[in-house]
Amino acid sequence: MEKRPKQAKHPDFDLKDGFATVNAAGMQYRELNSFIKSHSNPVKRLNVRNVSGQRYIGTGLKNAAEIHLYGTPGNDLAAFMDGPTIYVHGNAQDGVGNTMNSGKVVVYGHAGDIAGYSMRGGKIFIRDDTGYRVGIHMKEYGTQKPILVVGGTAQDFLGEYMAGGVLVVLGLTLKDGESHKAKFVGTGMHGGVIYVRGKVAHTGKEVKIMELEENDRALLRPLIEEFCGYFKLDVDAVLAGEFRKLVPFSTRPYGRLYA
Amino acid sequence: MKSYVEPEFIVERDQEKCIRCKVCVNQCTYDTHYYDAEDDKVCSRDENCVNCHRCVAFCPTRAITIRRNPTQYTENSNWTREAVTAVKNQAETGGIILTGMGCDKPNYSYWDRILLNASQVTNPSIDPLREPMELRTYLGAKPEKLELELENGGTVLQTQLAPQLTVETPILFSALSYGAVSFNVHEALARAATECGTFMNTGEGGLDKRLYKYGEHVIVQVASGRFGVSPDYLNAGAALEIKIGQGAKPGIGGHLPGEKVTEEISRTRMIPIGTDALSPAPQHDIYSIEDLRQLIYALKEETDYAKPVSVKIAAVHNSAAIASGMVRAGADIIALDGVRGATGAAPRIIRDNVGVPIELALASVDQRLRDEGIRNKASIIVAGGIKNSGDVAKAIALGADAVYIGTAALVAIGCTVCQKCHTGKCPWGIATPDPWISKRVNPDIATRRLVNLLRGWSLEIKELMGGMGINAIESLRGNRLQLRGVGLTETELKVLGIKMAGN
Repeated sequence: MEKRPKQAKHPDFDLKDGFATVNAAGMQYRELNSFIKSHSNPVKRLNVRNVSGQRYIGTGLKNAAEIHLYGTPGNDLAAFMDGPTIYVHGNAQDGVGNTMNSGKVVVYGHAGDIAGYSMRGGKIFIRDDTGYRVGIHMKEYGTQKPILVVGGTAQDFLGEYMAGGVLVVLGLTLKDGESHKAKFVGTGMHGGVIYVRGKVAHTGKEVKIMELEENDRALLRPLIEEFCGYFKLDVDAVLAGEFRKLVPFSTRPYGRLYA
Repeated sequence: MKSYVEPEFIVERDQEKCIRCKVCVNQCTYDTHYYDAEDDKVCSRDENCVNCHRCVAFCPTRAITIRRNPTQYTENSNWTREAVTAVKNQAETGGIILTGMGCDKPNYSYWDRILLNASQVTNPSIDPLREPMELRTYLGAKPEKLELELENGGTVLQTQLAPQLTVETPILFSALSYGAVSFNVHEALARAATECGTFMNTGEGGLDKRLYKYGEHVIVQVASGRFGVSPDYLNAGAALEIKIGQGAKPGIGGHLPGEKVTEEISRTRMIPIGTDALSPAPQHDIYSIEDLRQLIYALKEETDYAKPVSVKIAAVHNSAAIASGMVRAGADIIALDGVRGATGAAPRIIRDNVGVPIELALASVDQRLRDEGIRNKASIIVAGGIKNSGDVAKAIALGADAVYIGTAALVAIGCTVCQKCHTGKCPWGIATPDPWISKRVNPDIATRRLVNLLRGWSLEIKELMGGMGINAIESLRGNRLQLRGVGLTETELKVLGIKMAGN
């Protein structure tokens, strides 16, 4: 059992006109997060420099803070997060927005596996590629509808067991004519919708691929606009691509498994 | 296709006693009884009967008897009626056979082959009617040593203690998810836990906001489906529990059949109405002990390190090594669920064939953690097959800090263990989300019945302890000298770490 911690070492912290900057170099995640928790509220914008693998940044935050991370945050960024907006100026690792409730994460780079796992609300925008099982088990009820937009491509089991929400994969990092390589897209999916720009190589047997309709385009446009706004991209050029919609055949894919 | 499955039960109605009041017709949710106006007679469709005894209990003239169908296939110890019926059922449907409750096979229980000690002559027993008996215990990580410093003539504790759950009796209500059981059952469990100074466990379906006020006596569960896991929910409880596995279905995920996913359940779980709420077999952010540590600390970060985090696993062949990893990953409590652990729905083939009896798993886990010198770092709660206070006392003497009871709690409310929880039509209003049927559980009465059960068991545990000359439950914990085995092999005694009776 640990001893009562001595007074935490004073972090490199500077606050001016509501804009604060903290240097995270050498800080353990517990120390850094405790600092962010206690300082993010009255601050207009919190810049965290030299982020280097610290986990759980944004976890336990329930406010409207704006946090800019410079460097590479660790796993479970924004896990269970409820409100803040986090900008990652760099790559993110696994579990971005794990079971996130509300708020926003914008990643100016890549993200790892299981981004958006069981996401319940809020938005995640990832500029480049993501890893495996992204958007797995996303949920939705009424107006609480999570949104995850991936600018590049994703790996296998994209949207597995998805029960709600909107998952968009834009394929902007693919070469012309190259298809997404993810296999088992939407396996076990029973709710929500996946929009893919470009060709899908392989899907789970529980989903059907459909053409977009007017209401799909109406739903997509503001999401693409917001995405392109963050990453300085041409909205019309992105929207001009060929989109497909993946939805589940049934809300009860496994009903016939049982005697 | 004509079904060759014969009715399992026969409803016998004494027509002389029957007053045609139709209570049975109204109470049966399986449509077994019906009134024939032409003949002015109540009749039954035997094939629908699940032997839940709702009609038996409510028939005002006691006119109904349910019998196992006396028509038997030719006697055969291998091809029993159950074996034949299962094959016929699957030949007709091509599906997995679902069931509810815990394994009903006779061979996996050890409690009944373990006996407790009592004092005679050389060490006096203690009279619990006269002497104080301490059943309170604390669940959570304990320090290796306490550091005290003298300040102003007094001693001040320097060691920071990990968060603890205080239980006034070492019996907690096991995870019963909202959806698997009705709201009224959840409410009764929460109120009874509050009244008795113990805890109810939400199970993996979230907690209705109306019950947040009982949060100080609630353990909130986080499973692979993450149903109902909002930041408010995580902070509403007194402790958190990561569900890796469950004794009734080790290695497979949770399963709430679509029949039970109503509007209310859809809202709490955030999934479409009528879908099967499937928790994937693994938690998709946990593929290793290191990943488990990551989720444990994610939950600690979320709740400011103020609440203990429990990790629940099904008892399996190498539980001891797994438990060691769990403790090292930072679990404050480890919950072990044995092969007899119950469920709201599981494939019967898994329920009856996978796992380890809780007695053996507990003994080996407790021993392993002691051998490694880390037993203090986590409390152990055991589940799966606790039927009475004797089982509780034996579990604690084998090394548990406390037990979870699920089936016993439901039986207290009215359950008759008919094993049909998965249909969502529980005529006792327990294992159903149906708002009409679930009104059959009156939360006030159910709370009283649960409180009575815990009171009765607690009194009995005090009697048992007094007999052994022990006046605090913590002195019984891991006190295997108080246990002896009967009818057990040398190997079984060795795993249990107890001697043969007579020694």
